[in-house]
Amino acid sequence: MLLLCTSKYFIMQNEKYLNDISEIKILMNRSSKFISLSGLSGIFAGIYAIVGALIAYFLLFPKEDEILYLHSWNFNLLILLLAAVALLSVCTAYLLTSRKAKANNEKIWDPTTKRLLFNFLIPLVTGGIYILIKLQSEHYGLSAALMLIFYGLALVNASKYTIGNVKYLGFVEIILGLTCAAFPGFGFYFWVFGFGVMHIIYGSIMYKNEIAKKH
Amino acid sequence: MGIIDNINKLFDHRIRLGIMSVLSVNDDADFTRLRELLDVTDGNLASHIKALENAEYINVEKSFIDRKPNTRYSVTKLGKMEFIKHIEALEKLIISPTTKSSKN
Repeated sequence: MLLLCTSKYFIMQNEKYLNDISEIKILMNRSSKFISLSGLSGIFAGIYAIVGALIAYFLLFPKEDEILYLHSWNFNLLILLLAAVALLSVCTAYLLTSRKAKANNEKIWDPTTKRLLFNFLIPLVTGGIYILIKLQSEHYGLSAALMLIFYGLALVNASKYTIGNVKYLGFVEIILGLTCAAFPGFGFYFWVFGFGVMHIIYGSIMYKNEIAKKH
Repeated sequence: MGIIDNINKLFDHRIRLGIMSVLSVNDDADFTRLRELLDVTDGNLASHIKALENAEYINVEKSFIDRKPNTRYSVTKLGKMEFIKHIEALEKLIISPTTKSSKN
């Protein structure tokens, strides 16, 4: 009888310890990592990128015997298009993520988001400024490669502050960027693959996991 | 004995365990942040913070942000060490409940 009581006591104790451990893990994650990144926003970003690239390809790219000049009309429109794709992606990500944060009972603007954004923006802004400087001296050739590389670095840097495997998307973008730099002339296709196709693939994987978690 | 010695009585409470969990993975956190994460009342949180502070497991740093008082907490070296010991002890207890009961 005594033996039965003690073993029951230990099973209860064991359950309490298990609870403790899972509570520790949950709090560590929730306090240091942003968990509400939405996979859908990745899919949308990919679609915007592909639509943007198609518009550029058919309407804005110089014909075979033309050269793209700095500050020509199609150059300016190209930059505008790029900015529009980026802005649309950010807005969609913001909307979908804040919706998900609300569902998770989280504030969207808490220390984890600030940390995530800050660390994401360091490589991204550095790369952006660098590309703009190079554009001023008509060095367009490596723009696609540089965008991919710095975006990948931004993802890897930010991945420490969110759950999921954003890190791997970052590695893929970096590798794509470096490969792109090695094959000049194919920047457009690498760009479409990195920002369009990869976002859709990655976003779908994330989205699938989100749904699996819900059920 | 052995493993059970490393179970820290001070961490044997949901809120104190929570405070340590948050602080061990963040450089620091302020009072409101802890309150939100742990979902507790002011008084309750304050008393548990005091207990950890008295044991010198956490540091308290008072300052002003926009003239409003702001108190930030961070874990001390001792606190971190004790917390790691505690987690390791918990894990061992869960993995080997039989060895534990036979030892008692």
